[in-house]
Amino acid sequence: MSSGRTLPLSSAAGASGQRLLRYTLAERVNHWIATLSYIYLLLTGLAFWSPYLFWLVIFSGGGPAARFWHPWVGLLFTASVLYMYALWRGDMLLTPADLVWRRSVLSYIRNEDEHLPPVGRFNMGQKQFFWLMLGGGVLLALSGFGLWFVDALPWSLRYLRYLAIFLHVVFALATIGGFIVHVYMGTAVVRGGFTSILRGEVSAGWARLHHRLWYDQVTGASSRKK
Amino acid sequence: MSQATLRIRKMSGHAGPVPGAGTQRELQVCKLIDVTTCIGCKACEVACLEWNALPYRETLFENTYQTMPETAWNFWNLIKFNEYERPDGSLMWLMRKDQCMHCAEPGCLAACPADAAIVQYANGVVDFQQDHCIGCGYCVSGCPFNIPKFNSSTKKVFKCTFCSDRVSEGLEPACIKACPSGCLHFGTKDDMKELAAQRASQLREHFGFPNAGVYDPPGVGGTGVIYVLHDASNPEQYGGLPKNPAIPWVVKLWKGPVKWLGNLAIAGGIIAVTLHYLRYGAKIVKEDNRAEGGQP
Ligand code: HEM
Ligand code: SF4
Ligand code: SF4
Repeated sequence: MSSGRTLPLSSAAGASGQRLLRYTLAERVNHWIATLSYIYLLLTGLAFWSPYLFWLVIFSGGGPAARFWHPWVGLLFTASVLYMYALWRGDMLLTPADLVWRRSVLSYIRNEDEHLPPVGRFNMGQKQFFWLMLGGGVLLALSGFGLWFVDALPWSLRYLRYLAIFLHVVFALATIGGFIVHVYMGTAVVRGGFTSILRGEVSAGWARLHHRLWYDQVTGASSRKK
Repeated sequence: MSQATLRIRKMSGHAGPVPGAGTQRELQVCKLIDVTTCIGCKACEVACLEWNALPYRETLFENTYQTMPETAWNFWNLIKFNEYERPDGSLMWLMRKDQCMHCAEPGCLAACPADAAIVQYANGVVDFQQDHCIGCGYCVSGCPFNIPKFNSSTKKVFKCTFCSDRVSEGLEPACIKACPSGCLHFGTKDDMKELAAQRASQLREHFGFPNAGVYDPPGVGGTGVIYVLHDASNPEQYGGLPKNPAIPWVVKLWKGPVKWLGNLAIAGGIIAVTLHYLRYGAKIVKEDNRAEGGQP
């Protein structure tokens, strides 16, 4: 069993000891490549961002090494979000169910999940985070190229470099905002979520509470209509 | 500068005040380049290469006398040659010594993220410390004069040092020393400004250059290198000397408001999720929720 922590399993519910596969091994490995590379980019990027955080370069072997590796790790990150797109794009499109769910988003924030309409494999917040990271990953790579090869742009094209700096900073900040919420939700709030992205499994109750339509789909449950 | 620390403050057995008491020493150094008397001999180019022991760089011939199109990481001092056609159709050379301007408000320094990779000394000289440089190239974006140049094999940036090693010992920079025509001058900023103003008025009044003037652009707080130009109303014709140089507004925005807003947003995000947790905590799954989840 994969659960590192005990979910309040109830025997009354019969099949509720059942575990469902939520993430395949490929999905999990890819997620952790994205996470680790993002954290590296975040720490080195923040070091360049503020003199008060420049000390963060100690984690990557000093300033020149941080500057050397940041773009390469960036490529790895972008590659992983592109692969994520290949894996999840079907599940990440907004559906009518998401729009219904959105009206009750306050209930979601207040942890009154019983009042929420059912959603599929991902809820709207997760989908938005996915698109943010995909767009961010691509645009950070594009703008990053403008910064990477310092002497590639001639003086007459300097405005491209200015643009690249600006876009890089803006998209880094946008992804950081998403990242904070994502990490917080995935570890502190949605208990069981962190285990699922580590070992791939969730309990049936978890799936029913958070992703009812997905639960119905993978279990073939006919308890409710889609 | 070092001698300034040895000025005498008190003296034993001395009648009256210490000699020199109350006087002040002007620390700001300045190069004055009088382009109207430059003869294009390139002695300064050679002197710069020699004093700074810069490795050989191939020249690039582009149908002009100019050694190469722009300064390079190992070529910090370049005479820009420009052919100018007078209204009467005759030709005239406009030659300008191009190098770091040693801005009072240096854009390179404002943009640099690395601790002490760029410093400005009390005498106004802006100097790169390559051992602290991380090779990001932000200084290239910060400079309005296209001066910092990247060496892609060492990943460090270089430019004119104002011969800070010579100046700190009381010597003039090597280019000044080598100039045979007297077009390059070195001294305090105040003295050079006065000399420049004198020369400009001479050009206006006696040489038929009504637009002659001094180039000491206020957009970067004034510079440690100032020019006397025959036509100060059009500095661009001297090989692209910007008319109103300033730190690019994108760089100011990025290092100013964007930085503060970004810091606020990051801190705000962390505070917000912390407060959320304190108020609402975790979502608890009840395994016997068959009937509830998703039922409005
Ligand atoms: C393929 C993707 C990426 C490439 C090629 C790339 C490249 C670069 C380059 C060349 C720089 C210039 C500064 C330096 O390295 O010293 C930079 C700065 C930076 N990068 Fe990236 N990067 C990428 C992705 C990311 C991501 C995903 C983040 C998100 C955290 C990020 C955050 C930053 C930050 C915060 C800075 C500093 C901006 C500043 O100084 O204001 N980068 N990046
Ligand atoms: S390349 Fe070096 S000197 Fe230039 S901004 Fe980056 S760290 Fe500073
Ligand atoms: S001319 Fe450029 S490199 Fe020189 S001090 Fe000014 S901004 Fe810096």
